[in-house]
Amino acid sequence: MFNYTLRRLLTVIPTLLVLIVFSFYLMRLAPGGPFTSEKPLPPAVMQNVLERYGMDQPLYVQLWTYIKNIVFHFDFGPSFAQKDRTVNDVIAQGFPVTLTYGFWSAVFVLVLGIPLGIVAALRHNSIWDYTMTGLAIFSQIFPNFVLAPILVLLFTLSWGLLPGGGWNGGQWEYIVMPAIALGTSYMAGVARLTRGSMLEVLNAPFILTARAKGLPERVIIWRHALKPALLPTLTYMGPVFVYMITGSVFIDVFFSTGGIGQDFIDGAYSRDYSMLLGLAILYSLLTFALNLMLDLLYAWIDPKVRSSL
Amino acid sequence: MKYRSAIVPFLLSTTLMTAAFAADVPEGTQLAADQTFTYRVLDEFSSFDPQVVEDVNGSEVVRDLFEGLYNQNADGEIVPGVALSHTVSEDNMTYTFTLRDDARWSDGKPVTAGDFVYAWQRAVNPELASPYAWYMELMSIQNGAAIIAGEKPITDLGVSAPDDHTLVVQLSQPLPYFAKMVTHATTFPSPKWVIEEHGQEWTRPGNIVSNGAYVLTEHVPKERSVRERNEMYWDNDKTVLERVVTLVIGDEAQGLTRWRAGEVDKTDIPSGQYPTLKEEFPDQAYALPRLCNYYMTFNLKDGPEPFQDVRVRQALSYALDRDVIVDRVLQGGQFPAYTFTPGATDGFEVPEVDYANMTQADRDAKAKELLAEAGYGPDGDTLSFTYLYNTSESHQQIAIVASQMWKQKLGVEVTLENQEWKVFLETRGNQNFELARGAWCGDYNEASTFLDLLTSQSGYNDGKYSNARVDELMAEAKSSQDASPLYFDVEAILSQDMPVIPIYHASTNMMLSDQIMGWPVNNVEQNWYAKDLYKVAE
Repeated sequence: MFNYTLRRLLTVIPTLLVLIVFSFYLMRLAPGGPFTSEKPLPPAVMQNVLERYGMDQPLYVQLWTYIKNIVFHFDFGPSFAQKDRTVNDVIAQGFPVTLTYGFWSAVFVLVLGIPLGIVAALRHNSIWDYTMTGLAIFSQIFPNFVLAPILVLLFTLSWGLLPGGGWNGGQWEYIVMPAIALGTSYMAGVARLTRGSMLEVLNAPFILTARAKGLPERVIIWRHALKPALLPTLTYMGPVFVYMITGSVFIDVFFSTGGIGQDFIDGAYSRDYSMLLGLAILYSLLTFALNLMLDLLYAWIDPKVRSSL
Repeated sequence: MKYRSAIVPFLLSTTLMTAAFAADVPEGTQLAADQTFTYRVLDEFSSFDPQVVEDVNGSEVVRDLFEGLYNQNADGEIVPGVALSHTVSEDNMTYTFTLRDDARWSDGKPVTAGDFVYAWQRAVNPELASPYAWYMELMSIQNGAAIIAGEKPITDLGVSAPDDHTLVVQLSQPLPYFAKMVTHATTFPSPKWVIEEHGQEWTRPGNIVSNGAYVLTEHVPKERSVRERNEMYWDNDKTVLERVVTLVIGDEAQGLTRWRAGEVDKTDIPSGQYPTLKEEFPDQAYALPRLCNYYMTFNLKDGPEPFQDVRVRQALSYALDRDVIVDRVLQGGQFPAYTFTPGATDGFEVPEVDYANMTQADRDAKAKELLAEAGYGPDGDTLSFTYLYNTSESHQQIAIVASQMWKQKLGVEVTLENQEWKVFLETRGNQNFELARGAWCGDYNEASTFLDLLTSQSGYNDGKYSNARVDELMAEAKSSQDASPLYFDVEAILSQDMPVIPIYHASTNMMLSDQIMGWPVNNVEQNWYAKDLYKVAE
C-alpha cells in the first residue's frame, strides 16, 4: 500500500508539468489579452505594462520563469485583474471560503442522501420508497441556479430569516443557503445511487448466505451490506466533492461568498493568465489528492481491490 | 504677467462657504442613528491605488479615500479639494495651484505639494506601468509622453513644488479644460513613506494611509470593503456618514432582491426593469443622464465597398428609429442620439443637426431615396453586411431590432455576429469587421473626450474615419477659450459624413433608498463623494 501511494504521488509531477505547459499555451491561443480593453492602451503604455509582467519575453521564457517561480518561491505570479494582489493572495483568501461551504454541502449530501437511499432500499416498493424516489427526482430537477433564487425568496424576502448573501467571516447564517443550493441535486443523486446499489447488494449471494446463517437483520445491513453498497456512492462523490470545494461559479456569484469559483470564470473573461493557471494547478492537485484518497478508501472497503494494489 | 483664470473668483468665493460642498443637512432633519451607507458593486475592484485604479467602482472608493486638488460638487462643477485655487499663465501653459495648509494624511502628516509631485511622477513611471499613464499624457503635462516611453527620467515631468503649499504644472500645449481633469483619481496624491515601507501591499487595511474623508478599515476581496470616517480629514466636522460598505454582488437580479430586503441602500437596475420599478418605487428608482454614448461604427478602411458611399451610411442611419430602440427596447430612460457627444456634456449644447429634426417617416423616405441613388434597394443590388457586437442581451436586442428595421424599410440583409468581449475588442481593433457596436464614456466632462475619438490619429478610432477638417477643428479646440462653436462644426460634419451611427446617450439606472440624501443627481459623470451624503431616519 505504501509503495502504491508513493508511485501515485510520483506521477503527479509529470502530470502537472504537462498540464501547465498545455494550459499555458492554450490560454494564449484565445484572442485578446489581459490588457485588451475598450480604451486600448497607447503603445508606450502597453510596452511598459508588458515589461512589468515579463510578457514582452518569448513565450518559452515566460513559461520557464513561471515554473521556476513556483518551484523555488511557491509564487504563482501576479493577478492582472486585481492589481494589488498576487494569485497566492487570491487563492489564500478565496479557497478557505469555498472549502467551508463545499464541506458543509458535502456533509448535507451524505448525511441526508445515504440514509434516504438505505431506507428506500430496505422498504422497497413501500410508501417510504416512493416518497424518497419522488423527493429525489423532485430535487434533481432543481439545479442550483433554480433553487438558489427560491431559497432567497423564501428565507430572505418572505421570512427574513437568513441574509441574502455575503460571507461575513463564515458565520453559519451565511453558509446555510449556499450549502443547500449547491448540494440538493447531488443529495438526490446520492440517495438514488445508494438505493440502487443497496438493493443489488441485498440480493447478492453473500447476503443470502448471511441470512441463511440466521444473522440478525441489523448485523446483515451494517456489517455486510453497507460497505459494498457504498462503493458506487463513493465513486460518484469523488469528483462531486472536488467540484464542491473548488467552488461553483454560480453559488459564488449569486451568494457573493467571495469564493474562488468566481475567479475561474472572471479569469477566463479577463484573460488573467496567471490566475487561470494557478487555479488549474490547484484544481488538479485537489482532484489528484481526492482520487488517491478514494482509491485507498476502496482498498479499505473492498478486499478484492486491496489485494490488487 | 499672470492673470487669474475666470474660475478663480468663483473658487475663492466657494472656499468661504465650505458647507456648500460637504453633506448639506437642512435644519430639523431627523438623521438615522446608524450612519452606514451600503451599496452594491458588480465586481472586485481593480485596485485602491490612485495611480493604478482603472475601474469606475474602484475610482468611487479611491475618491473617498484620497482627495485630489479639486473635487466635484453636486452639479459636477469643480470645487476646492486639497487646492484652494489656481492661477494660469498668459500662454495657458503654466498652472499654479495653492494648497490648503490644514490638509492631513490619516497618520497626521501634512499633505504637501511634494505628495502630488511624487504621485504624478509615479503615474508616468514605466516601472509602475500604470495602465492609466495615458491619462497623464492626455493632460498634456510636459515630458509626460517621453517619460512613459522611457526616453526621459521621471524627474523631468512638468510638475514641481516650490514650497509645501504651491504646486506648479507645466503643460506641453494649452488645455482649456485642464483644471477639470484634476478631479480624476490618477492625479490624487500618494504617501511615499507608506508605499516605500509596504510595497505592493500598501493599500491593505492597516497599511494604507490616505488623505480623503474616509480610511479603508476592512477589505475582503470579492465580498466586501468598509471605509470609515477619517478623523484627520480637514473637513471632518462636516462629514455625516460614519461608514460606507461595498458588497460585491455579481448578479444584478440578486442585487435587486437584496435591495428589497434592505441589505443594500443602492443597487443597479437590471436591464428592462426600470419602468416597472419606477411604478413600484417612484421615489427610489432613478434614471439619470450619463456621460456615455452608444453607436455603430462603419469600417471605412477594410469594410465592404458600399460603406465608402456616404449615401449608404446616411441611409442606414436615417432608417433606425431611435425612439423605438430607447422607449420600447431598452426602457431605461436613455436619450435618442443624433450626435456623437451626449447633450449632458458640460458646455455642449446639442447642435441642430438636420436629420434630428425630421420625423421618422421623413427619415425613412429619405433613407430609401439615398439608398436607391447609391444603387441599392428594390431596383438595384441587395445591400448586405455583417453587424458585429459583443455577447450581451441588450446588445443583441438592439442588433435584432436594427436589422429588422433595415430589412423592412430598405431591404438590407444583415448577418448578426456576436463575440466574447475580448475577442470582439481584438476583432474590432484589427478592423476585421464591417459594422460594429461601439460605446464610449467620457474621461472628463468636456466634448473633446468624445470627439477626439473620431480624429485620424486617435488610437480608439476603430472605423478609421479620417477627415482633415475634423482633425483641424479638434486641434484648434485644444487651445481655444471657447471651443463650443468648433464642436458644433465637428458634429455637423459628422452628421453629413456619418462615419458612425449614434444610437443613444446612456443613463445611469439605479435604486437608491429614500433614506440616503445628497446624491448628486445632476452630476453626469456620477462622481459622488460619501462625505456629501447623509442618511435620514426612516
